Amino acid sequence: MTELDRIRNFSIVAHIDHGKSTLADRLMQATGAVSERELREQMLDSMEIERERGITIKAQTVRLRYTAKDGNAYILNLIDTPGHVDFTYEVSRSMRAVEGSLLVVDATQGVEAQTLANVWQAIEADHEIIPVLNKIDLPAAEPDRVAEEIEEVIGIDATDAIHVSAKTGHGIDELLEAIVERLPAPKGEREAPLKAMLVDSWYDPYLGVVVLFRVIDGVIRKGDRILMMQTGARYTVDRIGVFTPKMEAVEALGPGEIGFLTASIKQVRDTRVGDTITHEKRPTAEPLPGFKPAQPVVFAGLFPVDNNDFEDLREAIEKLALNDASFTYEMESSPALGFGFRCGFLGLLHLEVIRDRLEREFGIELITTAPSVVYHVHLRDGTMVELHNPADMPDPSTIDRIEEPRIKATIMVPDPFLGDVLKLCQDRRGIQLELTYAGNRAMVVYDLPLAEVVFDFYDRLKSVTKGYASFDYQLIGYRPDNIVRMTILVNGEPVDALSVMVHRDRAEQRGRSMVEKLKELIPRHMFKIPIQAAIGGRIIARETIPALRKDVTAKCYGGDITRKKKLLEKQKAGKKKMRQFGKVDIPQSAFINALKMDD
Amino acid sequence: MTLPPLPADESGDFGIYIHWPFCAAKCPYCDFNSHVVRHVDEEDWCRAYLQALERAAGETSDREVVSVFFGGGTPSLMSPATVSAILEKIAKSWRLAADLEVTLEANPSSVEAQKFAGYRAGGVNRISIGVQALNDADLRWLGRLHDAAEARAAIDTAATIFQRYSFDLIYARQHQTPAAWKAELRQALALAGGHLSLYQLTIEPGTAFGRRAKAGRLEGLPDEETAAEMYLLTQELCDAAGLPAYEISNHAEPGQESRHNMLYWRLGDYLGIGPGAHGRMHSAGTRFATEEIRQPEEWLAQLKRLGHGEACRQPIAPKDSALEYLLMGLRTRQGISLSRLRALDADLLDQERLSELARQGLFAIEGDRMRATRRGWLLLDSLLVQVLA
Ligand SMILES: Nc1nc2c(ncn2[C@@H]2O[C@H](COP(=O)(O)OP(=O)(O)OP(=O)(O)O)[C@@H](O)[C@H]2O)c(=O)[nH]1
Ligand SMILES: C[S@@+](CC[C@H](N)C(=O)[O-])C[C@H]1O[C@@H](n2cnc3c(N)ncnc32)[C@H](O)[C@@H]1O
Ligand code: SF4
Ligand SMILES: [Mg+2]
Repeated sequence: MTELDRIRNFSIVAHIDHGKSTLADRLMQATGAVSERELREQMLDSMEIERERGITIKAQTVRLRYTAKDGNAYILNLIDTPGHVDFTYEVSRSMRAVEGSLLVVDATQGVEAQTLANVWQAIEADHEIIPVLNKIDLPAAEPDRVAEEIEEVIGIDATDAIHVSAKTGHGIDELLEAIVERLPAPKGEREAPLKAMLVDSWYDPYLGVVVLFRVIDGVIRKGDRILMMQTGARYTVDRIGVFTPKMEAVEALGPGEIGFLTASIKQVRDTRVGDTITHEKRPTAEPLPGFKPAQPVVFAGLFPVDNNDFEDLREAIEKLALNDASFTYEMESSPALGFGFRCGFLGLLHLEVIRDRLEREFGIELITTAPSVVYHVHLRDGTMVELHNPADMPDPSTIDRIEEPRIKATIMVPDPFLGDVLKLCQDRRGIQLELTYAGNRAMVVYDLPLAEVVFDFYDRLKSVTKGYASFDYQLIGYRPDNIVRMTILVNGEPVDALSVMVHRDRAEQRGRSMVEKLKELIPRHMFKIPIQAAIGGRIIARETIPALRKDVTAKCYGGDITRKKKLLEKQKAGKKKMRQFGKVDIPQSAFINALKMDD
Repeated sequence: MTLPPLPADESGDFGIYIHWPFCAAKCPYCDFNSHVVRHVDEEDWCRAYLQALERAAGETSDREVVSVFFGGGTPSLMSPATVSAILEKIAKSWRLAADLEVTLEANPSSVEAQKFAGYRAGGVNRISIGVQALNDADLRWLGRLHDAAEARAAIDTAATIFQRYSFDLIYARQHQTPAAWKAELRQALALAGGHLSLYQLTIEPGTAFGRRAKAGRLEGLPDEETAAEMYLLTQELCDAAGLPAYEISNHAEPGQESRHNMLYWRLGDYLGIGPGAHGRMHSAGTRFATEEIRQPEEWLAQLKRLGHGEACRQPIAPKDSALEYLLMGLRTRQGISLSRLRALDADLLDQERLSELARQGLFAIEGDRMRATRRGWLLLDSLLVQVLA
């Protein structure tokens, strides 16, 4: 156990790709936590998908030992956090476990939307903030300009910002000193009843469920009987330890310390992030307030391409959900797609990550249906239904109003692109809340429907601003609007998997774009196929796929047989990726691609 | 594995295909294994073919040959002496059917037409001429070295020398209207013997036309609707002229069908000899696919070294034979025997889909036989994908 004034706890926060994980590498290296030989780039990004995409998805904790210039040995607990907006929740709960933040800003880029979002969260968590200007090794770095920007846009003092290069290691010693000098030591009572915060938990194939926690008061030891105060579950602690970053067992952990425990817990779902861990015999009188659990905001159906894979899919989804409490699922059956799951995600990146993992780690090919947000459907009888799936829409005659989720979006954009950004937000039914300038960059804040942002807003934003804009959002609540369900009929039959909720004013345009896309995506058949978009019984857009008139190889002799046979086998495999709707075969890719908006 | 017995009308026949890989010029639409070279040492090549036949005979001398086919490339660039030598070798090595068919593909230049008599003397009894078009403008567009007058003359010569002759035309050309094709086809029918091959132009990747099309510089080809119309009018005219289609692009008076073609379409056995030639052969109860080296010089070199030009030889699983039988057999008017198909692969077809397509009039099922109807022929490639289970 360590004396409180020899401990410093902090999170590393930044906009995506500003260098958090690389900075964590340097800190581990400088403090000797990992040897040169063990070191890998962005070492804490250990999941395959993190390494492949070069991003952090899951927050990671490391305990460092550092002997400062004052001659004292300190324990530093750092938490590396993800930058992408889908995983904001990881950042906010990590911040609750520490007293300070390193606010990393890429000195070639400046303050971006998530820099702001992170600062606000850090301030809310009462953090001491150390601004860190990173990537100063790059010729394009402008640390002075960026420091000014931090002061101007964020309003925090940046005169003592530390200049570093997480690549070369420049400034790391200075940063370590600043951590010790400028961040507060944690507070806590060693003699008080145990009070620890459950920060995270995950499943480890060898150890079972591993719980990451931060001790506030008291001391926790191996063999202790503990009580999780929200769930009421009781366990005996099997193992206590810290990440160095390797798992290292310790005997006990006291106030201010961060570590892990195992206690023969069966499932991640048996634990609740934000719960208070205390002793069974001598519980604390004041449990922690707890966290609001992460709410999935985007829902989509996942169906196996091959219906026979359904059980495999169930198993795979259950396995993934064990480790990711923010991912929800329930069984769904669709007349067109058979059995599958309606799954909830934190955002589109989260959806992509889960889908990728299901396909790659479990080898299941999937059809993903149109993502949808959760609508609140208020019925005439005063009740409210949460609509996760357009296919479940109640009878319109019973509906009083439909409310949709709204977000507050913050966008930072260089002046020349401002016009395009405003137009994009306006097109997406946005309401402008704020428009301010910092140097030659504008910060716009919009109130937008989540549904308009979920699909491809970020891609569009990137393309209209050539990648120069950054974006962050938070949910602000529900508001009624003129929302209707649009159905797509293929050859006269409604295809449930293509139904979408849309704003009435945008329905024609959306319907037209969908039927046009489907016309390209569905191969021609031997009969002509009408494709219609309808609201209730009213057709609002229509296209026709002409019938195939001629499709036959003119000459086929000895040498052509092998080639023709291979082609046929390939086509037959392709047919497996189609779904039959009545007499029409629809390729699986059509379900997502039909929804891409290209306004 | 023992082979399923063949229904009486199916092919248990055996033929020999000889590929001559050289041409005087490369046509812009052609993706056959054909090469233009400055000099061919014909004696050297002749020895090679004889050697290859010698070797193949060792494996198949118990079979009776019903057909020999000289294809190309341009086999009419061979001298009659070479053709004779090859046919002599075959006669010495195998039993020959009494009604043996020996076909040679010829280009209709005047030089080549002069050799027809020599071929006949050497044993060729059927000639197939690559006419392609009956007007000079289109012949030029097709990159052909002959003109329409030469083509007509070659057909005349063939008609006087051979009892059985055929010629090929390519239609659905650039800017060709159905009316223009109709008129041209009428002329062709007036010149025809008992057999005609009428192919819609296919733009093959890797050819000059393929590259032009890809670059967007091949306009004026008939659209699908027009092409379908041309196909149907072709059927009508040929029916009326007594030359109905016995395969998608091949027409004949009853009895005048090319026996060699039928080997391909009815899963018969054939040796494939010469650069790039494919073969299909039963041996000890297993069916094999053979493929010869494509590059002429490499083929020749290996032949001299090893006595054969094969690049690979692979057993064909009954399931694969079933697929071949289906995709080739449905190209013929008689279609396929369902029991023969089932014996090769009982689960190949999606029976429900088949019944549905039969109800729509695209397939006809009569007793043991399944065939594509005329409308079905027009869509055969997509139908095949659909009926597979
Ligand atoms: N030149 C230079 N490149 C850097 C520096 N720090 C980070 N990078 C590069 O910037 C990219 C992003 O670095 P990461 O450490 O993955 O950034 P991150 O903030 O952890 O990203 P997320 O976790 O996805 O939000 C990588 O290609 C790094 O190699 C630096 O100081 N100098
Ligand atoms: C082996 S090829 C050529 C035989 C001979 N060398 C000739 O050109 O006359 C047989 C026939 O296939 C047809 N053919 C070749 N390529 C074609 C294409 N791309 N589209 C349609 N028919 C084609 C031609 O009618 C040709 O006569
Ligand atoms: S069409 Fe005939 S002549 Fe022309 S290149 Fe092909 S094989 Fe040779
Ligand atoms: Mg990272």
